[in-house]
Amino acid sequence: MTQRRRSNQNSSPETELQTPETTGATAMRLIVPLQGIVQGRGGLILGSLIPCALFYFLQLYLKRNRSPNPPPRSTSSANLGELPRTSSRSNLSSRGSIGPVQISVRASSIAKPSDSPYYIGLEKAAEDPYDRLDNPNGIIQLGLSENRLCFDLIEKWVSENLTDSIMGREGGELSISGIATYQPFDGMTELKVAMADYMSQVMGRTVLFDPSQLILTAGATPAIEILSFCLADQGNGFLIPTPYYPGFDRDIKYRTGIELIPVHCRSTDNFMLSMTALDQAFNQARKRGIKIRGILLSNPSNPVGNLLSRDMLYGLLDFAREKNIHVICDEIFAGSNYGSEEFLSMAEIVESEEFDRTRVHIIYGLSKDLSLPGFRVGVIYSFNEKVLAAAKKLTRFSSVSAPTQRLLVSMLSNTRFIEEYIETNKKRIREIYHLFVAGLEELGIRCAESSAGLFCWANMSSLIPSYSEKGELELWEQLLNIAKINVTPGSACHCIEPGWFRCCFTTLSQEDISVVMERIRKVAETCKSSC
Amino acid sequence: MEKENRSRQVLSRIATNDQHGENSPYFHGWYAYERNRFHPTQNPQGVVQMGLAENQLCFDLVEKWIKENPNASICTREGANKFKEIAIFQDYHGLKEFTHAVAKFMEKVRGNRVTFDPDRIVMSGGATGANETIIFCLADPGDAFLVPSPYYPAFGRDLRWRTGVQIAPVDCHSSNGFRLTRAAVEVAYKKAQESNINVKGLILTNPSNPLGTTLDMETLKSLVAFVTEENIHLICDEIYSATVFSSQRFISVAEVIQELEHCNRDLIHIIYSLSKDLGFPGFRVGIVYSYNDIVVSSARKMSSFGLVSSQTQHFLTSLLSDEEFVDNFLSESKKRLAKRHHDFTTGLEQVGISCLKGSNSGLFFWMDLGPLLKEQTFEAELKLWRVIVDDVRLNVSPGSSFHGLEPGWFRVCFANVDDQTAEVALERIRTFVLDNGKKGDEGR
Repeated sequence: MTQRRRSNQNSSPETELQTPETTGATAMRLIVPLQGIVQGRGGLILGSLIPCALFYFLQLYLKRNRSPNPPPRSTSSANLGELPRTSSRSNLSSRGSIGPVQISVRASSIAKPSDSPYYIGLEKAAEDPYDRLDNPNGIIQLGLSENRLCFDLIEKWVSENLTDSIMGREGGELSISGIATYQPFDGMTELKVAMADYMSQVMGRTVLFDPSQLILTAGATPAIEILSFCLADQGNGFLIPTPYYPGFDRDIKYRTGIELIPVHCRSTDNFMLSMTALDQAFNQARKRGIKIRGILLSNPSNPVGNLLSRDMLYGLLDFAREKNIHVICDEIFAGSNYGSEEFLSMAEIVESEEFDRTRVHIIYGLSKDLSLPGFRVGVIYSFNEKVLAAAKKLTRFSSVSAPTQRLLVSMLSNTRFIEEYIETNKKRIREIYHLFVAGLEELGIRCAESSAGLFCWANMSSLIPSYSEKGELELWEQLLNIAKINVTPGSACHCIEPGWFRCCFTTLSQEDISVVMERIRKVAETCKSSC
Repeated sequence: MEKENRSRQVLSRIATNDQHGENSPYFHGWYAYERNRFHPTQNPQGVVQMGLAENQLCFDLVEKWIKENPNASICTREGANKFKEIAIFQDYHGLKEFTHAVAKFMEKVRGNRVTFDPDRIVMSGGATGANETIIFCLADPGDAFLVPSPYYPAFGRDLRWRTGVQIAPVDCHSSNGFRLTRAAVEVAYKKAQESNINVKGLILTNPSNPLGTTLDMETLKSLVAFVTEENIHLICDEIYSATVFSSQRFISVAEVIQELEHCNRDLIHIIYSLSKDLGFPGFRVGIVYSYNDIVVSSARKMSSFGLVSSQTQHFLTSLLSDEEFVDNFLSESKKRLAKRHHDFTTGLEQVGISCLKGSNSGLFFWMDLGPLLKEQTFEAELKLWRVIVDDVRLNVSPGSSFHGLEPGWFRVCFANVDDQTAEVALERIRTFVLDNGKKGDEGR
């Protein structure tokens, strides 16, 4: 919705002739003499000419505006210059004329190159990736929350627990029919069982997950989208605390038509959500005519890395009940909780109290805690039968590949391996986290308090040329192009305070950290001397 | 009750409407099968599944290849060294080797008469995801796509459910063997325009589901010319391209546009998958191939919602790059499909049941049980279908679920059962037809 409003303000060829100013002037030129006629001062000629002219202009105006508003088009579509600017309906009469073909409004806006630093940085880093030996001057990727710390454990598991092949065994014989044929689209039962148990283990065995309330999808990305399609209609909104994961803009906005209404969090609160701010955002959205259908949050939080307290979780449920909306908790970093604070899943809260669970939904996946983003495994966990029924049908478009399901049944059922993995993973993240944050502190850069996730949330506001989004982006560009490190600027995460940057450190080895710090130091010195 | 009402109110329209289409007989037959599955020894009285277009005829070839190529899998001793690299790979462009292997395979299926650019290959969650994605890219809510009928029942879901796009059917008739003509398309197009419906394109399934026929060069050319003249899109769902088992070769739209000088390539898009040709529906490999750069870019970004597992990409790269295996597979598969098709159609002809003449592809045939209907209505067809599912215990699909105009036709899938089961199924139909034929005579 916001996009559309913004772009209608840009002038396009058809509307140029009818801007408010010219219409107003024309009107005055007609009305003044008309007044004269009505008051008996005008002549016969004007008396007949002017009404005819008015009639003619009215017809002209109606003809021009019969077609619905032109589709939204932002000014940066210059590089897509080919696309026609009229709406598809008005093309009916001129169909067949030479003109470029229409694709959907959605596609036109998605296709254009992203202007988000989040995506631009990822692309650039991928084009010139740092390698200690082969490309020591390459870009160090700190913008992708990937975890490479524990692959040795996985490789060990693989070598010790070989299956004979990608195939399973059907009645003793190796058979491909177990993996090649159609499987339940929301996941094989054995995998749901293994996943439910794994999730429980990852979250410290404080809560039990019921496999029948679990749906598997091809990654957490479709999980969020599918859940959104089930809970809200086009034009509705979800409240979302900022700063938030830039990918949510894609997952929610690309195709569902649902709006994300930011609820700004502040550094003074360590970016913890305030119930007052939540309430205010809800009311403001309502005044704008947007129906809020739910709250979407990540816990552990991305990009800050803090955890929601028990009180806060209760508070969210109360709020949701009062407003009759849903709560969607993305708990994908639950197992990357390396601090001393315990992670509390929303599932645990609703289990222990008499809450209306039907409004609670959890997103999970194996990309972060188990470092398997390539396998595309996501989870929707819901307490709402109807949501599960609808989401199940939607998994038809995003199912987990069967061979991968088979592999994971083996891996996730091996509880001893999982236990060792979780513990070692936390330990290694903690070690790197401490080294990285200490390194930044030496440069005068402090991070928000965090105890989970694969990243830290660093305050570089002292280095930015101006305390604004513009200043922040200038620093980001310097870091990317001069220091050659890709970090994610807070503005890409919709953070209201400029100068914050997300730095992912779990792809780094201890040696790499000193390289990173050295590069940042050079840029920091340049900034300090020019500030 | 009030709590339930409140709860129902908080779900979206998409979650609560019927647009997924799963309340149709097409899906009900599947449930009947699920409850009482046929097994030659354990449950010989069970329902034989003939409503699922799955290709299981060449699994033995694939199983042999897998055993002989352990390095294709990352979970074997030989292949495990690739595990880490594969597990972390999540680039939505796909593994380079994978897109290249798929492009080569698609070329092979078309007799190497065309070339495909690997950079135009976009992944999706199966052909289901591919069809939905391309519609999201080409049309807005309220727009329509022309779809020749009879058509695949799940198009209702795939093309319409989340996209908000409508289907404008193009009627095809048994009088000319259900052949699609440019004239029929023009009639449907004009009708839609008169109702003020904005048509964004035409979607063809070639080879056709449920007819099992292919389009000839002339028809394809005329349709490409039509869309170019009207400046609307052409989507060719070619997922059954390697199932053409007759001597008549498959002609892809890719071949047609190579020959036509004046066609607008920005309008042409191909949907593909490995579910039918290779028999790997569980792998969830869908492909959107577009000649339109903007569509490729947009579809690629949407592919995040349905990427192919990197493990699967890695495995398929090896499999599809083994030219000897692929050549052998394609020719064996054709032979076995041809034989199955022949056995069924001649077996049925002997008891007076005809199947669509000219069918040369697909994993099914389009059977005419019109002579057995008490009246030529869809109600009678559904009654007959219930009898076939419940008494004859065969899950075949009634024509009404394919949105055709003429009652009495049924789609029968034949490639998902072994020889023994196929014989049982054929016998059951023949017995049923002979019994019913006699009853019919007595009634007169």
